[in-house]
Amino acid sequence: MAQSNNSIKKILTVAFALCIVCSIIVSTAAVALRSKQQFNAELDRKTNILNVAQLYEPGMDVNATFESQITPRVVDLRSGEYSETHDPDTYNAFEASRDPASGRTLSGDQDIAGLSRQENYSTVYLVGDPDDPEQIIVPIRGQGLWGLMRGFLSVKGDGNTIVGITYYEHSETPGLGAEVNNPRWQAQWEGKEIYDEQGDLAPAISLVKGGASGETEVDALSGATLTSNGVTNMLQFWLSPEGFGDYLAKFRDGVSRADAQGTDVELESQGA
Amino acid sequence: MSAANAKSVLTTPIFKNNPIALQILGICSALAVTTSMSVSLVMTLAVIFVTAFSNLFVSLIRQHIPSSIRIIVQMTIIASLVIVVDQILKAYAYEMSKQLSVFVGLIITNCIVMGRAEGFAMTNTPGMSFLDGIGNGIGYGFILMTVGFFRELLGAGSVFGFTVLHPVQDGGWYVPNGLLLLPPSAFFIIGLIIWVLRSVNPEQVEENEFTMKENTQPKEAV
Repeated sequence: MAQSNNSIKKILTVAFALCIVCSIIVSTAAVALRSKQQFNAELDRKTNILNVAQLYEPGMDVNATFESQITPRVVDLRSGEYSETHDPDTYNAFEASRDPASGRTLSGDQDIAGLSRQENYSTVYLVGDPDDPEQIIVPIRGQGLWGLMRGFLSVKGDGNTIVGITYYEHSETPGLGAEVNNPRWQAQWEGKEIYDEQGDLAPAISLVKGGASGETEVDALSGATLTSNGVTNMLQFWLSPEGFGDYLAKFRDGVSRADAQGTDVELESQGA
Repeated sequence: MSAANAKSVLTTPIFKNNPIALQILGICSALAVTTSMSVSLVMTLAVIFVTAFSNLFVSLIRQHIPSSIRIIVQMTIIASLVIVVDQILKAYAYEMSKQLSVFVGLIITNCIVMGRAEGFAMTNTPGMSFLDGIGNGIGYGFILMTVGFFRELLGAGSVFGFTVLHPVQDGGWYVPNGLLLLPPSAFFIIGLIIWVLRSVNPEQVEENEFTMKENTQPKEAV
C-alpha cells in the first residue's frame, strides 16, 4: 500500500484532487455568505455612526434611520470643500490612502497619529439638513498602544462642540485601553470643545491625567497612558488643517479663513 | 490512547487525557481568547467543529494519503475548514468574529487539530476519529471555559457579560484585577488546573527524570 501511495503519480493525483475539492468548498462558502457579510459590515458601520451621533437605540431599524437622518458626503481634505467626483456610498478612504494617486505619504513631524499614509478625500456624515447640519461626523484613525484604532467623532453644527466619540476597531488592552468604548468615559466628551477661543485652526482638545478642567480637556484613561496619547494625537491630527481642520472651519464663527489659508469666496458664502 | 469504544474516545480527552492540561497543546490560543466567557464559548465551538471534521475527512481518505505529503494534506483540509468557520462567523456572528479577529484563523496552527489528525485519524476509522475530534474539542473547551470564567469574573467582574461583581469604573465596589485580562494570567490559571487534575488523577504525574541525591556531609570543604 505504502509503495503505490508514494508513487509520483499518486502523490500528484491526491494533491490535485484535494486542492480542487478544498477550493470548491472554500469558494462556495465565501460566495454564498458574501452578501450576508457585507450586510453585517455595513450595518456595523451605520450602527457606529448612529451611536456616535447619539441617535442609536437598541432594537431600532438601523438602515431606515440612517437613510432618513444621515447624508454621507465626500470632502477634499486639502481644501475643505465637498467633492462631487466621488460617490460617498462607495468611496473607501482607507484604500484610497494607500494608492499614490489618491493619497499622500506623511512623514516625521506631520505624522503624529502614526498613519504613514493619508487619503486626499474622506467621507463625512451629516446629520439633519446637509446644508446646515445638526451634527458632522468625521472618521478618525491612528495608532493606539497595540495597533490602529479606527472610530468616529461627532461634532455639532458649529464645527467645534463635540457630541461623542466611538471606536469601532481597535486592539487595545481589555479593561485598560479598551475602556475607550466604555459609555461612562465616552459620556464626558459631550459638550467639550475642539478649538480654544482664539479661533485658530490648531485643535486644543486633549486627554489629561488627573482631572480634566476646562472645555478642551477630557480625562485620560487610567492605566492606559499610551492609548490616551494615541487618542489625543489622532484628534490633534484629524482636526488640524492636515485633516478636517479646513472643512470644520467653514462651520465655525469668527475663524478668519484668510489667516487659515482659505479663500475670500468662502468668507462671503458663510456670511462671516 | 486506546481506541476501544466510542464512549472512552469521547470522554477521556476531557479529564484523563486533556489536550491542554496533559498534552500541553494549543496553549497559545487558550491564552489569547479567554478574556471573556462568550468569546471562549465561540472559540470552543469553532475548535470542536474543525477538529471533528478534519479528523473525519483525514480518516476518510487516510488509505490514499501518500505519507510523503501527509502533513500538507492534513493542513489543507484543516485550513479549508477554518476558512469556512471564519466565513460563517462573519456572516452570522459578526460581533463575535470581530472580537475573535485573527484567532479564528489561527485555529489552523492549533496543535490540537493537527495532533489529532496525525496521531489518531490517520490510523482509525472515520466514526471513531470524528468522536475523537469532538472529545478533544470538548477537552480544549473545558479548559478554555474554566480559564475564561476566572479571567472574566476577576478581571472584569462579569460572567458571560452579566455583571456579578460590580466594578468601580461603573460605580460599584469591586476593583477589577487588570492582570487577569492580560495573557500571562492564563498561564497561572492553566497551571492551577493542571495541578488540580493531577491531584485527582495521580497517574498523570510524570516520573522524575532524575532523583536528587540526599545531602551528604561536605568533608573536604571544611
